[in-house]
Amino acid sequence: MDYVIEMLNIRKEFPGIVANDNINLQVQKGEIHALLGENGAGKSTLMNVLFGLYQPERGEIRVRGEKVNITDPNVANAQGIGMVHQHFMLVDTFTVTENIVLGSEPKKAGTVNIRRAESQVQELSERYGLNVDPRAKIRDISVGMQQRVEILKTLYRGAEILIFDEPTAVLTPQEIKELIDIMHSLVKEGKSIILITHKLKEIMEVCDRCTVIRKGKGIGTVNVSETNPTELASLMVGREVSFSTEKTKADPKETFLSIKNLHVKDGRGVKMVKGLNLDVRAGEIVGLAGVDGNGQSELIEAITGLRKSDQGTIHLHDKTITNLTPRKVTQSGVSHIPQDRHKFGLVLDYPIGENIVLQSYYREPFSKKGVMNFKKVYEKAKALIKEYDVRTPDAYTPARALSGGNQQKAIIGREVDRSPDLIIAAQPTRGLDVGAIEFIHKKLIEERDKGRAVLLLSFELDEIMNLSDRIAVMFDGQIIADVKPEETDEQKLGLLMAGNSTEKAGEQ
Amino acid sequence: MFSSRMFNILVPIISVLLGLISGAIIMLIFGYNPIAGFAALWNGAFGDAYFFGETIRQVTPYILSGLAVAFALRSGLLNIGVEGQVFMGWLASVWVGISFELPMIIHLPFAILAAAVAGAFWGFIPGLLKAKLGVHEVIVTIMMNYIALYLSNSIVRNLLSDGADRTENVAETASLQSSWLAEMTFYSRIHYGFIIAIFMALIMWFIINRTTTGFELRAVGFNQHASRYAGMSVGKNIILAMVISGGFAGLAGAMEGLGTFGFMSIKSGFTNIGFDGIAVALLGANTAIGVILAAFLFGVLKIGALNMPTVAGVPTELVEIIIALIIFFVASSYMIRWVILRFKKEGK
Repeated sequence: MDYVIEMLNIRKEFPGIVANDNINLQVQKGEIHALLGENGAGKSTLMNVLFGLYQPERGEIRVRGEKVNITDPNVANAQGIGMVHQHFMLVDTFTVTENIVLGSEPKKAGTVNIRRAESQVQELSERYGLNVDPRAKIRDISVGMQQRVEILKTLYRGAEILIFDEPTAVLTPQEIKELIDIMHSLVKEGKSIILITHKLKEIMEVCDRCTVIRKGKGIGTVNVSETNPTELASLMVGREVSFSTEKTKADPKETFLSIKNLHVKDGRGVKMVKGLNLDVRAGEIVGLAGVDGNGQSELIEAITGLRKSDQGTIHLHDKTITNLTPRKVTQSGVSHIPQDRHKFGLVLDYPIGENIVLQSYYREPFSKKGVMNFKKVYEKAKALIKEYDVRTPDAYTPARALSGGNQQKAIIGREVDRSPDLIIAAQPTRGLDVGAIEFIHKKLIEERDKGRAVLLLSFELDEIMNLSDRIAVMFDGQIIADVKPEETDEQKLGLLMAGNSTEKAGEQ
Repeated sequence: MFSSRMFNILVPIISVLLGLISGAIIMLIFGYNPIAGFAALWNGAFGDAYFFGETIRQVTPYILSGLAVAFALRSGLLNIGVEGQVFMGWLASVWVGISFELPMIIHLPFAILAAAVAGAFWGFIPGLLKAKLGVHEVIVTIMMNYIALYLSNSIVRNLLSDGADRTENVAETASLQSSWLAEMTFYSRIHYGFIIAIFMALIMWFIINRTTTGFELRAVGFNQHASRYAGMSVGKNIILAMVISGGFAGLAGAMEGLGTFGFMSIKSGFTNIGFDGIAVALLGANTAIGVILAAFLFGVLKIGALNMPTVAGVPTELVEIIIALIIFFVASSYMIRWVILRFKKEGK
């Protein structure tokens, strides 16, 4: 068997933990090879070893059968290894071509020969069906296009082996489809691909083989054609995982949240929410479905007090919470699991324990007469960390050092523990692995069963269908449909999300 | 691996050592004897009680201006206006010191408090502009420094004296000077302000690390979005941080007005107490104890340097170069971290 990449018995240690413990990864030429594992399982570490960002303590790397010593990314590039990073490394104000040639500019008499570069980029783009305009500025093109620029960057440098680090996390369903086509055309041209992911659906769809890592240990490599998502999930997590969360029928009671004729503008002054009406009752989960950018974020910001509304009312029970400050809204019994956990959910430089009291630090027992009682803070934090299975060395570790899933568990622990009447969960499982997703879904349903109202914003239709008792479809700043999950399917929802009204969707 | 705490301690120490070594090399290059030079520096700072008294006298305002910069930085604000706030504090303390006849137990605290309030007010303006209009505090505070300089010159000349270059001395009841301390140190200008400076360092530590206010201020400094989400008022905390920072700076001015000089004179330029405070805070890693240690080092260097030309023939400017180099090394701490990690790796 010809392997283009072989990583044998790789061991990489960080202080206190073994990130990679004797992992083997063998990639054949012309295949799409999945690297599957939970958040923090050691996938990224392994790829950083391959890309020369880390030096392994033990083990060897062979490229095309020859043992190599990859000491830094330049060596990796020279070996034909290219990495498409999850967080794009592009200069916003530069053109596509300028970004691609950055660092290896074709020179003519001391100046950059941008014309030649442009035609090279154009040629590469056509050959792999990427459809990128070489002269467009990065800030003017979509996220999906930016990712293609990252792909072109590696191809321009002559990459034969491309590493994709969770490439679909930032893409829309349509863009994902296109990316999959691109990956197929890349392997047709003889390239090999390593796909880092924890999305089982994608693996089943595009990959030939799959190597599973769990807690830093290699579990094994399987042929995708001979396996199924359930098996992959249990290999990854180490136990049986259920995909559709079990739940009983909802028993909704009185209306908790009542929004009437709400109007909200975004930061640029553009009207995003236009006369929206929405009710959420105690004991039900209402899924807010819709294509990103139809006013969902503005709606949530208006409810939670982060953004002022222009018109309309928001009631919680019998209290009006329209345009109250975030603190007042929180005190009224609203919990908010924010969409962007790094920007809003956490102070990353604070210990995880202090993040747990981010909204309650000013109350007893965490402080008294303005003086903090850190002993009580950490007692509370330790209890929550245990209850919500937040994996961290201790409560004093900065939030920054935790994996995404564990950061999210901490946020959810904090928000749920306040015993709120209303929980607003905005993309609560974005970027998380199946184990964490399962946990979070279970918690949300538990809270529903305790009689709390839950408003769930998600761009994942699976999640909306699975969790919601009622689905409110948002389009162009309004709720245009209110449907029950058992009476609809993804296709009908998709049509509604595109702005077709209920009747039309029914006819299809 | 070293913990970040270890780094915070190691980086300044290594920076100081590198600065001193570089200073020695520079002395060698220009034909001076570095051992004699440093010996003169040492004796100039600790050689006898007079020098030691002068060193402490110099350290006192440095601690307070360092605290001012550090406090703002912990809240995510760069207060370049400490210099101007020192002027306002100095002016206010002297104004109160010469205008009232009160018993000491009221007069002295009153004069000190006036300095803190004046400095706080001078910090309040850029804080308010930042919180309400989003004007960057660096620009405003730089401008406010000039306003403070010329405003206080004008007030000294026209209001506090009859066109003279300085005010009269502050009343005995408003003075921090101590004949007891002066006698003990062969009539150096050491004064009681040192106690105030140390006490304020304790206050800073307490506010930042132990109060809900400090918890909010630091949170706002790290992440304004998350702070707002958590229900803190970002604007209020920005203003508060600038007010407290300005208060510390105002006290530094009182040290000069009520302690070292006992009067205020027309200044042709800045005192540099505020600007040196930036360096002190940086070297002290924005912590209260760090600021005290860094202020002490800077005081020693500045006062010790005065002895270098006469004893070792080394120009005082050399100390300015050493201080600049220390700051350079602290600022490039990334480099030092990198070197430490390299050593650590190879040691394995």
